Amino acid sequence: MSLLELRAVDKIFGGLHAVRGVSFQVEPGAIFGLIGPNGAGKTTLFNVITGVYTPEHGEILFRGQNIAGLKPALIAERGVARTFQNIRIFRTMTVAENVMVAGHHLHKASIPAAMLRTRSYERDEQALRQRAHELLDVLGLAELAGEIAGSLPYGSQRRLEIARGLMLSPKLLLLDEPAAGMNSQEARTLNEQIRFLRDQLGLTVILVEHNMAVVMNVCETIHVVDHGETIAQGTPAEIKTHPKVLAAYLGEEHVENEASA
Amino acid sequence: MRALTRVAVAAGVLLVIYGLQFGVEAGFTQYVQRIILLAGINVILAVGLNLINGTTGQFSIGHAGFMAVGAYGAAYIGVQLAGPVHGLLGLGPLADAVVFNLALLAGAIFAGISGLIVGMPSLRLRGDYLAVVTLGFGEIIRILFNNATFLGSATGYFGDSPSGLPEYTNFFWVFAWVTVIVLLIHNLTFSQTGRSLTAIREDEIAAEAMATPSTRLKVTAFAISAASAGIAGGLFAHMQSGVRPEDFRFEKSIDMIVMIIVGGLGSISGAILGGIFVAVSLELMRDLQQYRLVLYALLLIVIMIVRPQGLLGTRELHHLLRRKRPAKPAAPTEST
Repeated sequence: MSLLELRAVDKIFGGLHAVRGVSFQVEPGAIFGLIGPNGAGKTTLFNVITGVYTPEHGEILFRGQNIAGLKPALIAERGVARTFQNIRIFRTMTVAENVMVAGHHLHKASIPAAMLRTRSYERDEQALRQRAHELLDVLGLAELAGEIAGSLPYGSQRRLEIARGLMLSPKLLLLDEPAAGMNSQEARTLNEQIRFLRDQLGLTVILVEHNMAVVMNVCETIHVVDHGETIAQGTPAEIKTHPKVLAAYLGEEHVENEASA
Repeated sequence: MRALTRVAVAAGVLLVIYGLQFGVEAGFTQYVQRIILLAGINVILAVGLNLINGTTGQFSIGHAGFMAVGAYGAAYIGVQLAGPVHGLLGLGPLADAVVFNLALLAGAIFAGISGLIVGMPSLRLRGDYLAVVTLGFGEIIRILFNNATFLGSATGYFGDSPSGLPEYTNFFWVFAWVTVIVLLIHNLTFSQTGRSLTAIREDEIAAEAMATPSTRLKVTAFAISAASAGIAGGLFAHMQSGVRPEDFRFEKSIDMIVMIIVGGLGSISGAILGGIFVAVSLELMRDLQQYRLVLYALLLIVIMIVRPQGLLGTRELHHLLRRKRPAKPAAPTEST
């Protein structure tokens, strides 16, 4: 059974058909690329999968259950974590606190217990803090744990978003342009970290990314959308030479010229 | 062992407050004592309001309404309870203390429930709906009390006896409640729930994507905030032998907002300072009467220009004192 399956998903904003009949399957343990020109509907697809938007038609099956239209918090609880294209960290909080926010499932203590600082509350708090530091270590942010998140450099903020997502103990991690704003050294480290997440933590990763060096290097399957519709799916090698993909990125004319030349 | 230490510390703190009461009663005039009590009540109001306006970032501008519910609720329940409790425990300070604290809790529960009723529909949505709804709520509540004949209508509620409500409120009870409420809200703010509330303030979409049940938490924080305003209302009611609808006009809500903005939105120590500041400055400006509001408006504008984060920003005094920062914070190794 696929971990995530989209079946003919439609998302319409007024007159704009942002996603039209998109279907794909993501197998457990895959690193799945989702690419397309600007405005193709990639982030909209992420927002539909994570419950920010409710799709007009179609089903989204996560571990066999339809999650289309559920609230974002419920979908996150079921094991779908994400990062955001325009970084959305909690800027005034420390790096460690940012990660701890996502740890509800580790922190069962009630509000009265928190107010009275009961023993079970403090045990949970301790466990949560420790887990947060472990995850920060995985992303190479351990030394910055006490810093205010908004003061971190861009690349670290992106990695902080990943660490925060991991705190949910997710099955599926959606990364929305994780390499944006990173230099080539940071992008290479990111590649290793994405593989590490899959290999060591058993995560399935869906990646929206414009940095082709990252996408072609790390993804095993790539799904290409344009104007909200699927135009191709295949291995990086197939996608690189796929005529429709080339047409979408470079324009029909260019491709025809290449072909006739 | 731990529980024992806590009980000992609590008893110690109460004893200190009790001791201070004698000092305050001996050393200050009635007038100054009244300002001290008002400052304590303001601290409760400010710390409670800060939980929703500062920590959670949802703006309530009608908190005087919850204070009114607490004041009337506590006053009414206190009068109803006085007979049976005195029958049970006899007359005396113990019975008074029982009646008073049960009345305060009842006021807090009434205020908390009104908080739930106001918060549940308006906090489901993102944005400034809460401000509009609380503004309306504050006015509606005042007009309701203005017309509630069993609560004295516009003259106010003074209980059954001709001398008005019993004046239970004194230094000890005000500052015992200040201690309890500041401690509970402090612990809540610096817990997983508090982190989630701050996360909602910072970015609600991201907080929800991290499995934060944002509506439930916002409504809970709002109800807790309303309940503390209720306690403050109950203390206020029993300080001046009666409650009048005009004690809870819109200006009262503005006073509370001034308290938390002066001190620094999101800071508990800031709210405490702000509460004291407003109590004292209100007295200093008493001669100015209605021009007081003009001065407050000016003050707010000056703060917005000179120090928009308030005295303390979102920081806490005890964190500033405790934090010994390393001489040089570990520099990130990235080139960006």
